[in-house]
Amino acid sequence: MWIAILTLTVIALIAGLGLGFAARKLPSNSSELVERVNDLLPQTQCAQCGYPGCRPYAAAIVEDGEAINLCPPGGNDTVRRLADLLGRDEIPPLATGPAAPAVAVIDESLCIGCTYCRAACPVDAIVGAHQLMHTVIETECTGCELCLAPCPVDCITMRGS
Amino acid sequence: MEFERHEAPHMVPTANVARMMQQVLLALVPAAVAHIWFFGPGLVFNLLVATAACVGGEALMMRLRGRPAVGALSDYSALVTAALLAFALPSLTPWWVTATGALFGIVVAKHLYGGIGFNIFNPAMAGYVVVLVAFPMHLNLWVAPRMGDIDYQFLTILQTLTYTVTGSLPDALTYDDISRATPLDAMKSGLNDLRTTVEIRSLPIMGDFGGVGWEWIGNFIAIGGFWLMVRKVIRWHIPLGVGAGLLIPAGIMWLLSPGTEPSPGFHMFSGAALLCAFFIATDPVSAAASPKGRLVYGAGIGFLIYAIRTWGANVDGVAFAVLIMNMAVPAIDRITRPRIVGHSKDAGTL
Amino acid sequence: MAGPAATYDLGKLHGGLRLAARKSESTGLPIQSLPLPRQLILPIDQHVGDPAQPLVGIGERVLKGQVLAEPPGTLGAPVHAPSSGEVVAIEPWPVAGRHGDPAPCIVIECDGEDRAMESWEEPIPYAELPGDTVLQKILQGGIVGLGGAVYPTAQKLMQAVSCDLDYLILNGAEWGPYISCDDMLMRERAHDIVSGARILLHALQLDCAYIVVESDKPEAIRQLAAAMTDAGDERLTLKQIPTIYPSGGEDQLVQLVTNREVPSGGLPTDIGCLVQNVGTAAAIHDWLQAGEPLISRITTITGDGIANPMNVRARIGTPLAEIAEFAGGYTEDARHLVIGGPMTGKSVSNDRVPLVKATNCILVMSALPANGPELPCIRCGECAAVCPVQLLPQQIFWYACADDEAQLREYGLIDCIECGCCDLVCPSHIPLTYDFRMAKARIRELADEKARAERARRRFEARNERRQREQSEREAELARQKAEARQAGPDAIAEILKRKRREDGD
Repeated sequence: MWIAILTLTVIALIAGLGLGFAARKLPSNSSELVERVNDLLPQTQCAQCGYPGCRPYAAAIVEDGEAINLCPPGGNDTVRRLADLLGRDEIPPLATGPAAPAVAVIDESLCIGCTYCRAACPVDAIVGAHQLMHTVIETECTGCELCLAPCPVDCITMRGS
Repeated sequence: MEFERHEAPHMVPTANVARMMQQVLLALVPAAVAHIWFFGPGLVFNLLVATAACVGGEALMMRLRGRPAVGALSDYSALVTAALLAFALPSLTPWWVTATGALFGIVVAKHLYGGIGFNIFNPAMAGYVVVLVAFPMHLNLWVAPRMGDIDYQFLTILQTLTYTVTGSLPDALTYDDISRATPLDAMKSGLNDLRTTVEIRSLPIMGDFGGVGWEWIGNFIAIGGFWLMVRKVIRWHIPLGVGAGLLIPAGIMWLLSPGTEPSPGFHMFSGAALLCAFFIATDPVSAAASPKGRLVYGAGIGFLIYAIRTWGANVDGVAFAVLIMNMAVPAIDRITRPRIVGHSKDAGTL
Repeated sequence: MAGPAATYDLGKLHGGLRLAARKSESTGLPIQSLPLPRQLILPIDQHVGDPAQPLVGIGERVLKGQVLAEPPGTLGAPVHAPSSGEVVAIEPWPVAGRHGDPAPCIVIECDGEDRAMESWEEPIPYAELPGDTVLQKILQGGIVGLGGAVYPTAQKLMQAVSCDLDYLILNGAEWGPYISCDDMLMRERAHDIVSGARILLHALQLDCAYIVVESDKPEAIRQLAAAMTDAGDERLTLKQIPTIYPSGGEDQLVQLVTNREVPSGGLPTDIGCLVQNVGTAAAIHDWLQAGEPLISRITTITGDGIANPMNVRARIGTPLAEIAEFAGGYTEDARHLVIGGPMTGKSVSNDRVPLVKATNCILVMSALPANGPELPCIRCGECAAVCPVQLLPQQIFWYACADDEAQLREYGLIDCIECGCCDLVCPSHIPLTYDFRMAKARIRELADEKARAERARRRFEARNERRQREQSEREAELARQKAEARQAGPDAIAEILKRKRREDGD
């Protein structure tokens, strides 16, 4: 009886190790996985993760094994869903605090019409022309805050939505 | 005046898991009494060992999982598992066999899968199968029922207790003295020896339907089961499914060839078929979810019992039938989802 | 001739529960009229749709029946003054719809004279008017669905006339235990209900109406049959249904009476049925035949926490504390104040809230027995056996815990009517209805998030495309200029350079 138990245990160990290895190390269909990771990200394109947009971050996660807890707008929910999708056991807390949803507001009395913020917006949520008034389309603003830095007169503020 | 707020509905449910389990245990009492009358006090000792192992195993696992043990124990589900396992095992069983079965069932089949509500397999049957495979000799030791067999030696209470504790018989007795083939055993080996069913049915171990003693236990199990249905603890779908799944193929085959096939009544009243129909398969956690699904689930179990008994190596087949259908439950659930009111017949499925 | 009631439950309702009725406590007395309160508090949001906008100012004197607030958009109902007096405040006040939290209300101090506007008491000859005119008139009466859904009646009827209707169904089935206001209405004012039904038939240009009553209301059935006999209108039929909760729900009633299923996400008008509460029918009669807009309603005040349970006719805006006092006051057992029935009612934190058009029952309950700990789901399937919509609550619960939006849609969480039947039969005491309500909000939240992310992603990709396009256009332009310059020759370049230096020198 003991030989039977020993044999089965060894077989189970080998099978378990083999499956674990296959799950972690064997290449999967990488581009499709990048697409699925990108689907889970909030698409604010804010670059707070250090990558110029959500898709580059998704690619880094899949191909370079980047950490999954670098996205503040996604919050802890996104970290959890990413861990679920990628089969990672550890769910790290967010590297920075979660971002409260907010939209950018341009103080039109101060705006000089330089178009720097318009160029900076990753989703084209700012409309305006050279030397004419600029304004933020509230429904399209993702709160990424990339327009704050380029403004030479500091007329943009974030307002919690 | 200020009032306390409360979420709707503002009525408290009257149903209660602990009460349901208690009623299941109550329903088993008449059958237990019959069992002890016919087969001796071994069931009591099995129950004691199984209960101790189940309760102890559950408390240990809840502690390891970092949860309060009292919560899990207070729903009486461990006791039900212990009772069913004790019924499934032969009355003369050493304590380590019972304990292994009980511990495996509770620790592995129940708690390693997440505890009550999350187990895929019926814990009692999983435990039974493990000891069946690990201790085959002990599980083939069935005492004969009290039926006026003058060659048969009944063990006293003390001798039964000694056997349960030590696993050894009193010096004067051998295994052959105290055990007999069960009705299913006799039927299977008889058919293999190419005897007809009529001949086999004339053996002294056979009663009117099933075997002596077994059919009375079967009666009481059926009565207990019907009482549970009246009390709405279980619903009719699974028992009907098991009954139909077993009796219909058995009936057809018996009508076609009565000499070589046991009658449907024999199938129903021997072995654990009735116990399965009313108590084992009706374990809600491992059964299918929808009413239609439960009919399919029960029918699958019934058919598998018939198939294993007729064409398989195992004599009774109930445990394996239940475990196989447990595996099929997610698929059954998917295909037997009821149509939601307001959705067309094409949306969803069956 | 509409004779004694026939029992036709053509359709079958799956599941449901037979609950203890608890109605005899409040049906012992006839409907009592509540004396005029000192103050009337009228929320501007007593109906589905946009809140009405106040038309009066503080200090203004108003007459009974005067319009105090008009709805701004297409969906809403006006709010009328239930009695004469002075508008003393327009400010937030605790309301039942927010569980006792404040919402904007118009507060009237009653002068006790109860003077009505001049055009009172003139019955409208509705039978001579076209249906549309009647509907417009109903719109002005502030009438909303009095079964509790408070959908503006006129708009509901206007939407219905554009559909292919077969039946008008008057809902006399109460929504659950304790509530008896519709029963008393049918006993005492059956003629008004029948009159309202005939007005509705005329407005909708229909010729078949069912008045549906539950079989445990023999007195109501008798009165309605007598009223129908008096009216002599062949278009009306009385139907009985068994007393099973939740047969009073709109979709469930349609299924029981006509054996047709309301499609998921749809309305009864999609399958040719229009449902109105009997109270709404009586209110339509009051407005068109007696000139009284919706300024009062019958409400049941009952429960172990009330000394004398009864049905009262009270003005809209009466504080619940006054109604409770009229009904003998609170007993020592009073713990919970629930507006509506015990299965779906809203629990309110204080009794200063006013009676509104939706208040069909004021249920003061004693302390509920302890619910016990919530155990894991044991998959007993009792919940699925009682669900009137044939859902699988145990599966929905599973996926709600897993936050699995796709599966929640698949298993029909949207179709849950939150009746509470599954809660009552669960042996593990899981608060299923509450969990499903949370899960529905979660699905909406997730769907919103996903839509927003999708939009942002598309704008991002469009923007990248735009920049690339601009970039390539710039490069093409540059290349073209270079090519031109090369064609023109080195002399032309020297010429340009000379000109440039000259300009710089200037």
